[in-house]
Amino acid sequence: MKTTVVVPAFNEARTVGGVVRGLRPVCGQVIVVDDGSSDGTAAAAAAAGATVLRHGLNRGLGAALGTGITAAVRSGADIVVTFDADGQHKPEDVSRMVEPIAAGRADAVIGSRLLDRRKMPLTRRLANWIGNALTWSLFGLWVSDSQSGLRAFSRQAATELEIRTDRMEVSSEIVKEVRRHGWRLAETPIEPVYTEYSLSKGQGFLVGLKTAGRLVLRRLMG
Amino acid sequence: MTVIQLLIIAFALFAISRTVLRLRDGSVALGWGVFWLVFWGAVTVVTVLPQTASAFAALLGVGRGADAVMYLALVVLYYVVFRIFVRLEKIEHDITRLVRDRALSDLPEKEDHR
Repeated sequence: MKTTVVVPAFNEARTVGGVVRGLRPVCGQVIVVDDGSSDGTAAAAAAAGATVLRHGLNRGLGAALGTGITAAVRSGADIVVTFDADGQHKPEDVSRMVEPIAAGRADAVIGSRLLDRRKMPLTRRLANWIGNALTWSLFGLWVSDSQSGLRAFSRQAATELEIRTDRMEVSSEIVKEVRRHGWRLAETPIEPVYTEYSLSKGQGFLVGLKTAGRLVLRRLMG
Repeated sequence: MTVIQLLIIAFALFAISRTVLRLRDGSVALGWGVFWLVFWGAVTVVTVLPQTASAFAALLGVGRGADAVMYLALVVLYYVVFRIFVRLEKIEHDITRLVRDRALSDLPEKEDHR
């Protein structure tokens, strides 16, 4: 079974090389989608041995994931894993993400950072809970970590997955897709690495609010 | 006739002439062109004959003509903003598709092993 890891990256030259090097031993292919970075992210990823696709313009997380997942399916992946470029995930967790799909027990897996609660800073935990509650109220599915960047899809699910949102709403949209297609979802505990750097990335309070606003608007407008 | 009436009429005529020009060179769709012509025409009529607004207000059950005009203006504005919002979303979506297609064209030839 070929596992392809998709890493969306926007101005992550500092960390993306290390992430790719960590991933190469645990999967068949690493695809980095450079989402219009201006800091040499693409070069760092390519030097570390990833297949690099470049967005000429910055289009956001959802757009980069869409490109990467499409590329993974086209390259013949049996399982597609999405993985953050900021170094907050551990490459060792990839095998745990893949296992439920390889064993035929799940079509989609979300890596949950919340199973060991002490690991997540309090403000993050609160923001995460709000994200979960919003996702649940809009799309009717409770996921313990709806905003997690570590996910896995079977080839079938990755092919059916339709990402319409360009930005951070994509995390909730994926939950919506799980429900819409009736995929079997597994939640696997993962161990996040919170460094000052990875905390400075991700969604701050304002971006989180904007994401929430767009989600509600989208839901209202069908 | 007051100064404000003259100003509004002058602006409405200017807007009508622009709309006609844009319609001619095809940069405004027929439907929208007609919408704006009717809109600015109505603005002109109401400005020249304020009592038409009062009649219209009475028809709607609103007290004053000026109030009816304000309500209507708000509704029109919201509608236009909504249209622009939808349009913008579509353009964003299209840009992403273009950017994605270009990025995917860099993908090394199909290595599908299945």
